[in-house]
Amino acid sequence: MECSFALTGKGYVLIAADTTAARSIVKMKIDEDKIKSLGPHLLMAYSGEPGDTTQFAEYIERNIRLYQIRNLYPLRPPSAASWIRRALADSLRSRKPYSVNLLLGGYDTSNHTPSLYWIDYLGTQAEVPFACHGYGSYFALSLLDRYHDPEANLEEGLAVLRRCIDEVSKRLVVSPGKYRVKVVDKDGIREIEF
Amino acid sequence: MEYNGGSVIAMVGKGCVAIGSDLRLGNQALTVATNFEKVFPVTDRIYIGMSGLATDVATLREQFRFRVNMYTIKEEREIEPESFAHLVSSTLYERRFGPYFIEPVMAGLWKTQAGEYKPYIAAADLIGCLNFAKDFVVAGTASEKLFGVAEGLWEPDLEPEDLFETISQTLLNGVDRDAYSGWGAVIHVILPDKVITRTLKGRMD
Repeated sequence: MECSFALTGKGYVLIAADTTAARSIVKMKIDEDKIKSLGPHLLMAYSGEPGDTTQFAEYIERNIRLYQIRNLYPLRPPSAASWIRRALADSLRSRKPYSVNLLLGGYDTSNHTPSLYWIDYLGTQAEVPFACHGYGSYFALSLLDRYHDPEANLEEGLAVLRRCIDEVSKRLVVSPGKYRVKVVDKDGIREIEF
Repeated sequence: MEYNGGSVIAMVGKGCVAIGSDLRLGNQALTVATNFEKVFPVTDRIYIGMSGLATDVATLREQFRFRVNMYTIKEEREIEPESFAHLVSSTLYERRFGPYFIEPVMAGLWKTQAGEYKPYIAAADLIGCLNFAKDFVVAGTASEKLFGVAEGLWEPDLEPEDLFETISQTLLNGVDRDAYSGWGAVIHVILPDKVITRTLKGRMD
């Protein structure tokens, strides 16, 4: 089943998402990238109903890009999170709501703070130090409660993320095999071999 | 109301009012965030707290901010607590047959002809049926427990610091008996010239 994790550290946000595209009990693809770059310092991991996820993620990606083209500056993470939340909240009370869960990680270059937002398909938004979506959250959240440190450097952050992924692989019956890990910090977005 | 959890309370004091909420945001039994405030300022002397579905808490907060701003521009004066309560009521009743799943609690001070400030509190159900009270109002998953504790602790004409103690003890002890609320609390005591905001630590389980 789909799992995504994210955590903040000293000057960075780490986001990990599994890479399986499943339909019913069948794995259709094992190298799907479910983390989109919405700007030079903004990452979004998305999961949920297969068609809705790509459609909604692309809609968000293009609109955030349009804002950057029109205004020369990209939306800062809190504003981007609010706008995305609103898109989901409006969709919730429409005829066909999107069922997409998001983790939004960004680095604000104007005040040098990393921020992470947990957003679900209802449009519930929370700013958190760490977050998960999917069945992995039942295992990873308690590990993160114990081991997360907002002042940790990247190596320590990756070690905590490793613990979470290992625990989910060990204990979850329907655990995903591979993850893709991305980090956003003052230098922008990078993918990390994990 | 049980989907995200959370509770809100407001109390009347002597020339002051207090309003507070817990800080939990859950996904059913799973706690997602422990910094989710449910009380927001409307004007310098009016606060609104909302318990219920968290997405609607955020949506309505934006909606109320918009409507209060429009009122301020049109009327060229700040909104009074009683008018604000009716604004909240009619905003909720607009969605009578597909409601926003929140129970609002409002607290404020209104200015009399003589120039003194009188406390005002009110609550509503999810379709905007207003409930004015002289003593206290509660909402959320711990509302039954809050009613019980408040009934025992509240007394008329509490001074600001005593009111703060009363509402804090009521809220903390109420939410400790509720699995869907808790993880700390925030209290605002509204006075004519200032608002005292304090964040409280609570049981983290």
